[in-house]
Amino acid sequence: MKISGQGALVTGASRGLGRALAQALAAKGARVAMVARDAGPLADAVATIRANGGIAHAIAADISDKDAVHKIAGQAQGLVGEIGIAIHNASTLGPVPLRLLLDTECEDLAAVLETNLVGPFRLTKILAGAMALRGSGVIVHISSDAAVEAYPRWGAYGISKAAQDQLSRVLAAELEGTGVRVLAVDPGEMDTKMHADAIPEADPATLQRPADVAARIVSMIENDDKAKNGLRLAAASWEVAP
Amino acid sequence: MMFQRYARQPASGGGSIVALRTDEVSRHRVRLVVIPRDADDLSITQFATLPEHLRAGDLVVVNDAATLPASLPGRTARGEPFELRLSAPVEANRLYGVLLGPGDHRTRTENRAAPPAIGIGEIVEVGALTAKVVSVAGRRVELIARETGDVLWQALYASGKPVQYAHRPEQLPLWAVQTAYAGRPWAAEMPSAGRPLTWDILLALRRAGVAIATLTHAAGLSSTGDDALDRALPWPERYEIPRRTIELIAEAKARGNRVIAIGTTVVRALESAAEDAQLASVDGKQRGELLAGSGVATLRLDAEYRPRIVDGLVSGLHAPGESHFELLSAFVPRERLERAIELAATHGLSSHELGDSCLIL
Repeated sequence: MKISGQGALVTGASRGLGRALAQALAAKGARVAMVARDAGPLADAVATIRANGGIAHAIAADISDKDAVHKIAGQAQGLVGEIGIAIHNASTLGPVPLRLLLDTECEDLAAVLETNLVGPFRLTKILAGAMALRGSGVIVHISSDAAVEAYPRWGAYGISKAAQDQLSRVLAAELEGTGVRVLAVDPGEMDTKMHADAIPEADPATLQRPADVAARIVSMIENDDKAKNGLRLAAASWEVAP
Repeated sequence: MMFQRYARQPASGGGSIVALRTDEVSRHRVRLVVIPRDADDLSITQFATLPEHLRAGDLVVVNDAATLPASLPGRTARGEPFELRLSAPVEANRLYGVLLGPGDHRTRTENRAAPPAIGIGEIVEVGALTAKVVSVAGRRVELIARETGDVLWQALYASGKPVQYAHRPEQLPLWAVQTAYAGRPWAAEMPSAGRPLTWDILLALRRAGVAIATLTHAAGLSSTGDDALDRALPWPERYEIPRRTIELIAEAKARGNRVIAIGTTVVRALESAAEDAQLASVDGKQRGELLAGSGVATLRLDAEYRPRIVDGLVSGLHAPGESHFELLSAFVPRERLERAIELAATHGLSSHELGDSCLIL
């Protein structure tokens, strides 16, 4: 897919990987609708892109709120037009420090699922139909190795990401042949606020920079041949074409 | 008779002899009255059988406009409340709409109090927006909001609700008035003929060799509460037809296949584009060929109209006496339509805009 001229939507876009993805898409000529809960950091992220000549818009909203999702989609398409790229990047760890599953409150697990699984499902339900009838679109779910490995204390998050991987695969199977690609991407460990919340003792110097990971993910969006519908890809093993 | 998308209430004095139900139907359980254009056999079936009524090579065209939260609360500088109903897409920070007096949709539109008098140059509040009145024609207004871009769109979705009418008192959530393929928010009211098109049915159409194409048509309001304005409905409406849709129409026509419009907004967009193409041929350009791109639909279809592009359509159910019924008679003889509606009533079908459907082809 050619990024230039696309309308894109990125959730969790005020910080970390989401912010880097929005920047990378805007730098390649996409019009980007950026969604995040906190209006302040979001406005800052939008201003940075605009200062660099990119097209970006702020939508302050909580993806876990059912009533917010149609508003997000409506505002986004009012601002940037048809959405060709949707990146489900917003996610929550639940309460930190991370807890054992047996110490996790039921309500906390449910809240993590609302943000990391049900929110993306609702938003895709709104956006993917128009993509499929137009015969073009890319939907990216940001996953984690916690979706595959059983890390103690990463239960709520890991469960949500494993389910999101399956959401990605089943959507891909159902949309096969429509021209829409649905991908899941494990970004690897990055120097982000989320990582610091989860593992405060980690040395940031050993972690990837979000901008480098974002460049690989944007390259996946561009590469219809290698990043095929339904795949779960690891950013670390993706080579960006020169 | 005028072409109106949805005549929600029978025209006054309309001699409707049949009683269709007027309740909402789950989009998974919609029933379909099949009305042949050239034969007398009517039937009632499930909407999900739609693919069986079409042939491989036929083309279905849908309106992919999403429904705006077009009903907005407003207040004049003097503190008088009103309701603004957007009638067209938002263009930058320009709002087009109709003013209604205080109250809400639970009061029949024609019984609503008159809106406060508003003059050009006045500043009004619309939801969280502050806007200047730049044009007034009776209840029709054009406003320019002080806010733009992100702030404007956030405010519209924060305070706007779907436009509704008195026959359904509960406030519908925004998601209840969207089709399964809605894109840009251009429609003041839902292009509701597409509501029963689930992805199950859309993919079944594809498997049956039926192509699906889109256009975007800015469906406007079906009623304003003002007789003179209502008689002039529908007003000119913006549409956009993608190049791919034009190609698919040409291919279907060349094969001798049929073009099926999902809803009267699609009929209006395609037939207006055909009209424009005919006019263009006068100048020696593009002799009668449909053009991709944007246009403004000004065509008003009625029973005398002979469709150029559209061979069949899916629509809601409308009883004799409703203006929409007259439009359908451009496609099928009036007497057969009347029998179809009687049959639908006998079988308990619903004429609600979120109700049952008919297929004319």
